[in-house]
Amino acid sequence: MSAPVAGDSGQPEPRAEPVAARFAAGDRIRVKDDWPERRGPCHIRTPHYLRGREGTVQAVLGAFPNPEDLAFARPAPLRVLYHVLFDQPPIWHEGTEGDTVLVEIFEHWLEPAATPAKEAA
Amino acid sequence: MSAPARPESIARLEKLVAALKAKGIVTEQEIADRQASTDRASPEIGARMVARAWLDPEWRALLLRDGAAAAEQMGVSMAGAPPLGVLEDKPGLHHLVVCTLCSCYPRAVLGYPPSWYKSFEYRSRAVREPRAVLAEWGTVLPPDTKIRVVDSTADYRWMVLPMRPAGTEGWSEDRLAALVTRDALVGVALPQVPLAAAAE
Repeated sequence: MSAPVAGDSGQPEPRAEPVAARFAAGDRIRVKDDWPERRGPCHIRTPHYLRGREGTVQAVLGAFPNPEDLAFARPAPLRVLYHVLFDQPPIWHEGTEGDTVLVEIFEHWLEPAATPAKEAA
Repeated sequence: MSAPARPESIARLEKLVAALKAKGIVTEQEIADRQASTDRASPEIGARMVARAWLDPEWRALLLRDGAAAAEQMGVSMAGAPPLGVLEDKPGLHHLVVCTLCSCYPRAVLGYPPSWYKSFEYRSRAVREPRAVLAEWGTVLPPDTKIRVVDSTADYRWMVLPMRPAGTEGWSEDRLAALVTRDALVGVALPQVPLAAAAE
């Protein structure tokens, strides 16, 4: 299999072939508390404000070439991309109960959450 | 749109295009085609998509399932464009789109993003204090509505499918589409029925 690369347009394109997803909709996850920015030049699409935060997988969006490699013109393996839902007030210690943030996050940034799923919110 | 291009910028661009052509990556025609389709894209496309979704449940289902396929059906070329996701507002749930990392925006169906969308202020505040941002816009959500901020961080582009305003029963697709502004398509505003029409 040749290394997946960006499409002709320069835009990453999803592959038709399914890539096994580690998480499913409804799974509680934690965003890794990792800071590659401290280790050297990088291109990270995981917002700082979500590092170490727990959320719930809302959907599996498909698999896309890893932007962290694309940005440096390296062969970019496919990574599963998730839509992950977070309660908004705990992130900022302010806000309105019930407001949420929905964010695309790649699988290698996710790990199972320490706390189980909330009962019917 | 902005300051005129400087001669050195133009020279650099010409070298880049020449290199892309020499390597067989892109042709002059492809560049021209992309420029044309980018210039054609405008919020009117997104507004038509919304109006049609308000009128046609089957098409609405397609739009929510696969926004790019729905756009293609309306004659929008999505070749090479990122996948399009559509966020369905419901009673009690309002979506607001932002890209905190850069300025990802569903250009294929909304055209160029407005400058405020790319501003540091909008990008940092929308995700942290969305209610304050909406209040400054003069956008009043129905009571007990939760806000879902969608931070567009990766490969998808997102547009909002707002709720159809009351008082528009029997309206045509054209008339409905005229209610859907660019700002409503990313959730900083709501479609409003003009007072004159509401009084009819």
